[in-house]
Amino acid sequence: MTSRVAVIGAGITEFGELWDESFRSLITEAGTEAINDSGIEGEKIDALYVGSMSPGLFSGQEHVSSLVADHSGLKCIPATRVEAACSSGALALREAYLSIKSGEMDYVVVGGVEKMTDIASNSAAVTLMGAGDQEWEAFKGATFPGLYALMARRHMYEYGTTLEQISQVSVKNHDNAVLNPKAQFRFRVTLEDVMNSTPVADPLRLLHCSPITDGAAAVVLASGEKARKVCDNPVWINASSCSTDTIALHDRECVSRTDAATRAAREAYRRAGIKPQDVDFAEVHDCFAIAEIMAIESLGFCQLGEGGRFTEKDETSINGSIPVNTSGGLKGKGHPVGATGIAQVVEAVTQLRGEAGKRQVENAKIGLTHNVGGSGGTCVVHILSNE
Amino acid sequence: MTGIATHWRLIPQRYNLVGTRCSNCGNKFFPPRDICPDCRRAGNIEEFRFSGDGRVYSYTVIHTPPEGFEFQKPYVLGIIELAEGPRLLSQIVDCKPGDVEIGSRVEKVFRKVIADGREGIIRYGYKFKLKDH
Repeated sequence: MTSRVAVIGAGITEFGELWDESFRSLITEAGTEAINDSGIEGEKIDALYVGSMSPGLFSGQEHVSSLVADHSGLKCIPATRVEAACSSGALALREAYLSIKSGEMDYVVVGGVEKMTDIASNSAAVTLMGAGDQEWEAFKGATFPGLYALMARRHMYEYGTTLEQISQVSVKNHDNAVLNPKAQFRFRVTLEDVMNSTPVADPLRLLHCSPITDGAAAVVLASGEKARKVCDNPVWINASSCSTDTIALHDRECVSRTDAATRAAREAYRRAGIKPQDVDFAEVHDCFAIAEIMAIESLGFCQLGEGGRFTEKDETSINGSIPVNTSGGLKGKGHPVGATGIAQVVEAVTQLRGEAGKRQVENAKIGLTHNVGGSGGTCVVHILSNE
Repeated sequence: MTGIATHWRLIPQRYNLVGTRCSNCGNKFFPPRDICPDCRRAGNIEEFRFSGDGRVYSYTVIHTPPEGFEFQKPYVLGIIELAEGPRLLSQIVDCKPGDVEIGSRVEKVFRKVIADGREGIIRYGYKFKLKDH
């Protein structure tokens, strides 16, 4: 068994409604950038993993493991697609990490990709609902904003969280996205803009929701021994953890908490030998603004129920005590579902190399990524470090 | 929407709230489960019909509906906690969105849920209405 695993290369496309780009052009662009960044030759790569939620419904294309290996020029290598809804990316990374940990692989490239705008947006919403329970949620007219609205309502009821506090997540993440040249929404929004945007599912409005996005991201992983030889600035994966929960929201013990995230985080902290207060920054899964509030509670950055007030006090802004979503998050950067988990890690690598420019977190040493599938049926947490 | 057989095999559950219970531990399940998550292979699953009484645990009003539900908007969608314990997702009908609160008492009604276009099958199932309304 290999002792450590490092990220030695990272790449990410622009995120947005990219009419000129296809599924294959996006993932090959991100993958090529990641391999170029690593400095290694493609022949050295032992295996490929790709996270993608629903290429079959978004583009009519399945068997994308073969497609990506083929079109990236990585001839004949073993390739595996991993699917866990919006957490497909991080789960693919975890499988790639474990393949190196096992000692079987030295170099693995892992990508995440989604091409979402080749179908109409209401069809995309139905496709995304595949992340929920088809028989008992979708059949009843549920949407993903609707499921997160049910969580938001309950959080407001139990903890007194206000819509202003929830809206502050969107304001902050748009502020951060302005500083990220790859982000879909490089503009600011005010609290009033968010509070007065189009109602989607009460209490959530349009500017509480992440968008439909095309994009891809990729990283190259190497075993510790190889990484030290070929890379001057490896970023170490100190922990990878995953927990699952019920597929349907209504079957959870409590809908104002994300227990899969709490369990995955606890395991990740144990494996990395750190505490929540040791984390310098985090990229969390803010598919809806309320999700970031529940995420920072599950990750232990604040007490359960305090996420709204913690956000309101600017603790999660770039200059706060724990910067959250410096990339702009899913809200500001965009959310190509299968790519998101890898894109979060690309942001963590950028921060830990000190290459984040105007959104750089000073003295960043430890970063955490939190990627959620569906309404919380899967949560994958990674802890990365430059030491 | 999914095929006709998908709906057909769920008719007892969707029409009459027929779920399951584990006679080993007494846990009741709706939507039904074939395996008790606590007892697993030691469990014994049998049919159990729920009364249809419950309370609102959380709710939202859908303004941007999925395909097939456009004509119903805005509609209230709630998590209902059944009197017997389990929770399910359902529309709450025959009321204004502002009438629904967390804790409101509700009861099951039988309604049309969605039609597959002009000449497709009509799918029926449970919805809930406010009891004290």
